[in-house]
Amino acid sequence: MIFIYASDDTALELATAAETLFPGEKRIAIGTKCNELLAYFDEVWSLGEFYPNAELLRPLLTAIVPSGSIVLLPHNTFGLDLGPGLSVKLGAAYVPDVVGFDGIEGATLKAVRQEYAGQVSAHVHCDISRGAVITIRSGIFRAAEPSKTGQLIDHSAAVAGITPRRRFVELIQAESGDVDITKEEVLVSVGRGIGDKENLALVEELSEAMGAALACSRPIVDAKWLDKPRQVGTSGQTVKPKVYLALGISGSFQHLGGIKGNPFLLAVNKNPKAPIFQAASVGVVADLVEFLPVLTEKVRAAK
Amino acid sequence: MEILVCVKRVPDSAENEISVSSDGRDIKREDLVYSVNEWDNYAVEEAIQIVEREGGNVTVVSIGDAGAEEIVRREMAMGANQGVLITDPAFEGSDGLGTAKVLKAAANRAKYDLILTGAQADDGAGQVGGMLAALLDWPYASLVNRIERKDDATLRIGREIEGGNQEINDIDTPCVLSIQTGINEPRYVGIRGIRKVASLEVPVLDSAALGVNDAGAAAAKVRRVDYFVPELGAGAEMLEGSTEELADKVVGLLKAKGAIK
Ligand SMILES: Cc1cc2nc3c(=O)[nH]c(=O)nc-3n(C[C@H](O)[C@H](O)[C@H](O)COP(=O)(O)OP(=O)(O)OC[C@H]3O[C@@H](n4cnc5c(N)ncnc54)[C@H](O)[C@@H]3O)c2cc1C
Ligand SMILES: Nc1ncnc2c1ncn2[C@@H]1O[C@H](COP(=O)(O)O)[C@@H](O)[C@H]1O
Repeated sequence: MIFIYASDDTALELATAAETLFPGEKRIAIGTKCNELLAYFDEVWSLGEFYPNAELLRPLLTAIVPSGSIVLLPHNTFGLDLGPGLSVKLGAAYVPDVVGFDGIEGATLKAVRQEYAGQVSAHVHCDISRGAVITIRSGIFRAAEPSKTGQLIDHSAAVAGITPRRRFVELIQAESGDVDITKEEVLVSVGRGIGDKENLALVEELSEAMGAALACSRPIVDAKWLDKPRQVGTSGQTVKPKVYLALGISGSFQHLGGIKGNPFLLAVNKNPKAPIFQAASVGVVADLVEFLPVLTEKVRAAK
Repeated sequence: MEILVCVKRVPDSAENEISVSSDGRDIKREDLVYSVNEWDNYAVEEAIQIVEREGGNVTVVSIGDAGAEEIVRREMAMGANQGVLITDPAFEGSDGLGTAKVLKAAANRAKYDLILTGAQADDGAGQVGGMLAALLDWPYASLVNRIERKDDATLRIGREIEGGNQEINDIDTPCVLSIQTGINEPRYVGIRGIRKVASLEVPVLDSAALGVNDAGAAAAKVRRVDYFVPELGAGAEMLEGSTEELADKVVGLLKAKGAIK
């Protein structure tokens, strides 16, 4: 049996992944609020309504998911929390952050992953004879179309009797700052490749010359060089600009995950093999410290 | 608190162009710059700060080849009280579960209240912390960006979730937490700090000392067959020319896209 945990709209992508892996096999969605998924799954196991605390869900799923099952989770902050421990408790293999499947031979699942922040890919073989928990990167599989008339099964009784040793308290919303990069049409975005805090001035001068807003990748915020509301990515802002300049940004999937709407993406990076060049429309191989002053000068002249 | 922090030595992806060796079995290892995994460095800083507040000890442990001693010492120079290096050819080719089994054996050599790992390492897996917690049967929280004490047996922690929102939880100790970057500002380690710990002993443990014989390639359910560079679509149109010419071309494109106001 193939289970997918329905935590958000990744559920429909996981449905397609399930179909890709095991065409025609019975697929089941499990979750706390997933009744609307009946058109996409053979069965929907409803766990009731409560905050999806992984420390509560893990014993619950271990109790109700038959051993040997395949469980698909999104590779996001929820899947990272639940998945590794779940695989141990189910006695199943764990394959994290899958970006592709090359089929199944006997009890061997062939998957594709990425390492070193996407700089190289790897073929992995996985023994699924005792089942597997697999997390899948979002955006790899398209969302499934409605094709089923599933059966709703109430498993809400299963939660009784579980006392989690980690208890959900509250959600705190990210602070919003004085800038709102989500509304900007042109973003000049800087990453760790800028090297030093002093060099940040080079990027600020360029963005000023262009009349564009300044954005950044996560390490710039971690280093406290710029404020969190300027961070683009899965744990930052989702932006929809028309033009995005990626300066010294390697192109991790967590960063690219925050760029929507297919902008004209121009990347400057000193590494010609940087993954950002796969996502970019136009690429420049250059050292920012040399290139930016020349570029800023020419932008000023062009106005 | 007695705190164990798991640290891995990795090729520094900000410093290196990673490419695939000619037979695809490995990445090219010549000329790589190694460092402590970015997330683990935040974990060590956090452990040191907790011990500065509450008392106790920080122990760092790393599984790797002899070269991993260098990062164990670096984290000791930062302020970890002791370090352990685990090295054994038998552990090569471990999958995440194998690594977690070895770390469990290391954790059981003393009585820890808290184990910290990084949220992820160079393989982008983010698996070892959660597996270690499950093997120990301790509670776990991933992507932790805030740790405070609630009472004797409970920590109040923040988990960073999508959009930078924060999920607050109470978690019983002992527990395993995986640490997200940005939780603190890791202190600087200079040459002098490294020299200070140079004479300290770093015990080296192997599979016999730990009593672990079910890690390594033979026990792995998940194994990497090869590395490769995927044949992707066209990718970016790469501009060519001198710095001046490149800048002219970029300005031309930006103007055409209306990106210069
Ligand atoms: C759960 C989770 C959530 C995350 N959320 C986000 C997020 O929201 N946003 C985000 O950005 N990241 C996020 N990350 C981090 C992400 O995995 C990467 O670590 C991060 O995106 C890397 O940022 P970067 O590209 O600036 O740095 P690096 O990956 O270090 O890349 C720096 C680049 O600069 C280039 N470079 C170096 N020097 C120069 C120079 N002189 N001139 C030109 N180029 C140079 C290098 O070749 C390299 O490609 C998240 C990670 C996790 C685990
Ligand atoms: N070889 C290792 N030695 C010590 N700790 C490790 C090792 N591999 C992974 N870890 C820990 O597990 C975390 C997550 O790694 P991973 O699951 O490989 O992404 C790392 O940040 C480390 O804290």
